[in-house]
Order: sequence, then C-alpha cells, then structure tokens
Amino acid sequence: MSNLIEVNGLVKHFGATRAVDGVSFNVGTGTVLGLLGPNGAGKTTTVRMLATLLTPDAGSASIDGFDVVTDATSVRSIIGLTGQYAAVDEKLTGRENLWMVGRLLGMRRDDADARASELLARFRLSDAGDRQVKTYSGGMRRRVDLAVSLVGRPEVLFLDEPTTGLDPASRIEMWEVTRELISEGTTVLLTTQYLEEADELADRIVVIDSGRVIAEGTAEELKDRTGGRTLELTLTQRADLERATTIAMRIGDRPVTARSDVATLEVEVGRDTEYAARVVAALSEGGIAVEEFRLQRPSLDDVFLSLTGHAAEAEADGEEDENGDDEQADS
Amino acid sequence: MSALSRPRGPAALLHDGVILTWRNLVSLPRTPELLLFTLIQPIMFVLLFTYVFGGSIGQSLPPDVSYAQFLIPGIMVQTLVFSTNSTAVGLADDLQKGLVDRFRSLPIARSAVLVGRICSDAVRLTMVAVVLVAIGYVVGFRLEAGIGWGVLMILTAVAFGFSMSWIMATIGLSVRDAETASTAGFVWLFPLTFVSSVFVPVTSMPGWLQVIARNNPVTLLSNLLREFTLIGRPAAGTVLPVLLWMVGIVVVFAPLAVSRYRKV
Repeated sequence: MSNLIEVNGLVKHFGATRAVDGVSFNVGTGTVLGLLGPNGAGKTTTVRMLATLLTPDAGSASIDGFDVVTDATSVRSIIGLTGQYAAVDEKLTGRENLWMVGRLLGMRRDDADARASELLARFRLSDAGDRQVKTYSGGMRRRVDLAVSLVGRPEVLFLDEPTTGLDPASRIEMWEVTRELISEGTTVLLTTQYLEEADELADRIVVIDSGRVIAEGTAEELKDRTGGRTLELTLTQRADLERATTIAMRIGDRPVTARSDVATLEVEVGRDTEYAARVVAALSEGGIAVEEFRLQRPSLDDVFLSLTGHAAEAEADGEEDENGDDEQADS
Repeated sequence: MSALSRPRGPAALLHDGVILTWRNLVSLPRTPELLLFTLIQPIMFVLLFTYVFGGSIGQSLPPDVSYAQFLIPGIMVQTLVFSTNSTAVGLADDLQKGLVDRFRSLPIARSAVLVGRICSDAVRLTMVAVVLVAIGYVVGFRLEAGIGWGVLMILTAVAFGFSMSWIMATIGLSVRDAETASTAGFVWLFPLTFVSSVFVPVTSMPGWLQVIARNNPVTLLSNLLREFTLIGRPAAGTVLPVLLWMVGIVVVFAPLAVSRYRKV
C-alpha cells in the first residue's frame, strides 16, 4: 500500500518552545491515522504544517507527492481541513458557506448549488441550511464545518480534534459521519486527545507527547506493548475470596488483587496466558465456584500512562497545559 | 465530479475577490442594527456641529460660505476615515474565528481575503457617503457646482477610504483580536481627523499646529472636496498631493498587509 501522507522529521519552534520536535510518520492511502496526545503535544501544529498554514522550521512533508512548502497550492487543492473551532462564517447560512467554498474552488454556480444541497442532506442539515450558522447548535456547527471541508471532494481530510467540547450525543453523531467518510475511502488524519476516539476511528495510532512521537502502531499493538494483561475472575461466593486469593498467590509471583466489592480477583499475568490457565485450574481444583473469568487487555489510557508517565486526558477541555498550548502556539 | 475551472494569475484574484466581497456584503442587510448605528454617528456629528458649533465657527468663514457648505465635505472625509476601522475589525475577527485558516487552506489567490474585505468596505463607505450628502441637504448643504461634482466628491472620498483600509488591514492582521483591533484602529484617527480643516478653518489653530494641519492628507482632501462642491473645479496644485497620498499609502501598506496575511 502506498503512502498518501509522508512526514519526515518535522520541527516547529515558537520562541523557545519546540512545539513539534522531529515528528515522522506515514499515512497509507485510504487509511485513518490517529494522532493522539494531550493538549499542547504538538498535534495541531503538525496538522497546520501539513495543511500549508505554517512553514516547518526543519524536516519535510508531502501529500500525494506534493511538498507542503514548495508545492503548497497543489496540496491545498487535494486537502480538506476541519478545525477544532468551526471555521465557517456565522453570518452566512450553511448553504451559503458551502456555496462560497464551491465557487472558490472553481465550481460553476449551479454545480456549487447542487453540491451544497447534497452535502446539507448528507449531514442532516437540509432543514437548517437556509438559516445563519450563528443559530446552529455546537454539533450542527461541527457538521457544517466538516461539510465545508468536503466540498472539493478532498483526497485527504484533516480532522483536528473533531469532537473536543461536544456533548456525548453530538460526539457519537460526529463519529458516525466520520465512519461513513472512512468507508468511502477518504484518507484521514485525525488528531485527538481522546483515546476512545482514536480507538473507535483510527486504523493506526501515532502517540505524540511534547512534540515527539513516542509510540506508533494499531490500537491492539499499543495495548500489547504494555504487555499487561489482567485475568479477572468473578466468584460465585464472595466468602471464597480470601481462600481464592491464597490459592492464586501459590501459583507464582504474579501480583494478585482481591476486590471484595465485586467478589473479583485480579491477577496481572502479563503475556503469560499459560499462567492464567494454571490459576483457573487451581481454583477449580480447590473447589471454588467461578462465575465468570476473562483476560482483560489494557485500555489505551493504561498505555498512555505507561508510555508518558502521565495521563492522557485532561480533566476538562480547558487549556491547562504547560508546554505551549496548541492554540497559543499556532496563533 | 463537477467540473472545476479555477482561473489563473490576476484573473484568479478577481474571481476570488468578487466571491469574498459577496460574502461580506450578503450578510450586511441581516444586521440592520449595525447598519443603522454606522449611519447614526455621522448624522449626529452633522447635526451637532451645524447647530452647536456652527454659529461660532461660521464667523471665521468667508461671508458667502455657510457652515454646512464647509462642514459636509470635511465630515465626509472624517466619517469615511473612521469607517475604515471595520477593515481592521473584520479581518481580526476572521482571524480569531479561524476563517482565515479556512481560506488559507483553499487553493485561492493569496490576497483575495484582503481584497474581498476592502472592496466590500468600499461599498459600505459609498453608502455612508450618500447618506451624508442627504443629511447635508437637510441642514442647508447644496451641491452648488452640480451633481457631477457631487459624484466626484463621493468617489474621491471613497478612494481615500480605500487606501486607508490597507493601513487598517495591516493593523487588523497585526493585533489579531477583534476588540483590540477596534481600539487600535480608532485611537490614531482622532488626531488625524481633528488636526485638520474638517471642522474648523486651519487658520484658527496655533502656528505650529497649522503646519501639521495644513499637510495632513485629511485637510488636503477636505479642501479638495470643498472646491469640487463649491466652485466646481479644483484649484491649481490641489489634486496631485491628494493623489500622491492615496497612491503612497497603498504602495506602502498593501504589500505590508499581504505579507502579514501570509505569515498569520
């Protein structure tokens, strides 16, 4: 499979801050890459360089073979950009926004009309299409923004934190819309600080922190990397918990945790599934009734924590960020 | 796939500029309040100056010139200069809301966003100028040299506003925040328009200030517009300085604004 996006050692400074510090990755044609990292990790700065809005200080990047610096106009004609803050004209209607971009891209009036209607229908905005965008809800704004970035049928779509600040219902709606696009073969670069979002939408994930790539792979590979699988056993009788703990600890030196609130025993077995089998067998021999057992893989949250030493998601969506917030860095 | 046919070169700038001018103008009637208040300020100024100051200032004018005749061309310059502030505010607002990013990620002419803003502002300036002439008629102003010279007065004033808009564009793209742009665009306009012959004859000022006031482009333009409306022809040597100011401002600030736009 060929790479539609190739990124080699991109660097961008803002004053003394190295917002992006040698980022490299590739995105295969028709795939979705999730650029995952906390606020201020350099995700937005990276996307802005790829979208020709910022000039890199070092390194290079190309989209479909076009260099983002020397061939910016060609790049602009094949990309679509949806930002964290809906970049549409609030004073215009949804339809006018779509029409304007169609015209700017060189569509004839009636083609631009038709494309606007088509996109409004697709994003469930037909009823609101002739209202000014300033009357739209947050979710509707994101949808119209996404629609605007699709007017020119881009080969590559940059989704920069598409659901930051949205309520859960709108978030799921954005995910559905995004999945449809993905299924049509659009190549997508998605930035997100939500692990769940990367897990839901991306084929591959690049984890960045403080402007550097710290891990790369599929969600499964990343989960495997921490190696920490947990065997969870829920007992039928809560009273058995203490005895079960003793039996489990006799198998070997893997850590065992008893959670009496849910009558569950957790054994950290790492990659050793054999070890897990022995625990289950020993409990069975010891006459302990097991209601349910499962081998739990780590969540991406666990992965992020083990990779970076700090949690991925901030408490709120606020700008509580130490090393050069994305927005601030970009402005 | 719909056919795409983007023009190239200067035609691209025209194509994109027209669409972006449309975008700024189409929403204008949707905020009639804004339009109303844009017009109230000059109307208020005309009424206040005519009836409050007109009596005393009028005495220092030549006996055959009424204060309304003196005031309207000047206040037109003052009002249009102040109105160009919307160029700074509009661009800063587009920057703040991420619209400039949207436009910069499209394969369109680099200066189209600036051209669209400034051209739509010029249309707005023309509307303000026409309203000013109308209110002028209420307080006794007359286009004594004929309607043709009146049209020329409006066009010249709008042309000056157009050149001033490039300064405002540079300010708007430098401060990057609509509220700051509104203040930063405003403050320096007070000395610019008051140390001039807009409201009073320059001869009533202290000597050192007269030197500044006489060379102020606002004075030069106000006097030129008075010649248009009163006499019906410019006096010798009054057109060139105004023209030089307008061209000079554009030559300096248009490239500056465009380079700021590229770097935002």
